[in-house]
Amino acid sequence: MSAHDNNHEHHAHGHHGDHGEHGDEHGDGGMHATFRGYMTGFILSIILTAIPFALVMGKVIESSSTTAIVILGLGAVQIVVHMIYFLHMDAKSEGGWNMLALIFTSVLVVITLAGSLWVMFHMNANMMPHMNAHEARIAP
Amino acid sequence: MSDLSNHPTATGAAAALGGSANHFYLTHEHHPENGTLLGFWLYLMSDCLIFAVLFACYGVLGRSYAAGPGGAELFDLKLVALNTGLLLMSSITYGFAMIEMQRRRKGSVLMWLFITGLFGAGFLGVELYEFAHLLHEGAGPQRSAFLSSFFTLVGTHGLHVTFGMVWLITLMVQVSKYGLIQANRRRLMCLSMFWHFLDVVWIGVFTFVYLMGVLP
Repeated sequence: MSAHDNNHEHHAHGHHGDHGEHGDEHGDGGMHATFRGYMTGFILSIILTAIPFALVMGKVIESSSTTAIVILGLGAVQIVVHMIYFLHMDAKSEGGWNMLALIFTSVLVVITLAGSLWVMFHMNANMMPHMNAHEARIAP
Repeated sequence: MSDLSNHPTATGAAAALGGSANHFYLTHEHHPENGTLLGFWLYLMSDCLIFAVLFACYGVLGRSYAAGPGGAELFDLKLVALNTGLLLMSSITYGFAMIEMQRRRKGSVLMWLFITGLFGAGFLGVELYEFAHLLHEGAGPQRSAFLSSFFTLVGTHGLHVTFGMVWLITLMVQVSKYGLIQANRRRLMCLSMFWHFLDVVWIGVFTFVYLMGVLP
């Protein structure tokens, strides 16, 4: 166990030494943009943008709700593509704190969106002016 | 035999344990090397919450037309597709600027930043044209709850892009004056996150507002 720890520490030291040698590189920590990465993200984005526009503008699918679900799904995939290839998100950036903040924010965003839509939809359904007092009482 | 060979290892381990038993904290603290980038990311996450609330607002009010025009009559999807393309192009050109920054080529960084700025300005121009067109048709934010929430959400995004442009021009002056020093590289990385983040928000806008808005 302790030998293992020692090894780890040596490794960490070596890493630090490397960084010390190229002091100039120090500020670019965590971000290593590559042409290949950006182009992959760009091409995926174009495809993921073109499909929903084509679906809606060409009226490919009859049902509105199916189209809505498909384009929302494609939008979600495109957001993930941007996060990975343009924002360089991975579990290791900034020692994992970036990912933690992102997960926390995603949870809040989902609660905000789903909660608002859910509550307000029910209020619309149950408190419409055409309802009389009796109907409102027996409504689910 | 096995006793003899085991002994040195055991004492070695004990010595190592004894050596580290004196302090119960890590002698080399491992904090992120560049706190600015993490801090800026946290700012972006809080910005993300602002947009989440505005999206929720639009989601609730987006079909309350108050007998006024709806999305299907107002939105010109060709214009939105053009805008999406412009913003996507500005994202990839900013990426090229970052690659050139890693290679320490000041001239081409400035050139790509300039091209990014052109695409950003094109985006803002098209959006302002769209807003002016809507206002001219009497479909301003005061017309219905749908239009109020639409202008708030898309306008907030446009305002972010505007401030991104101000930041971009400031950084171009900084880089041309002081070169790709470490402070400027850090600033360019922060703006990179900001710019790509705005593109991410725009994905939500064109999907949720424009494309779903014209669905019957």
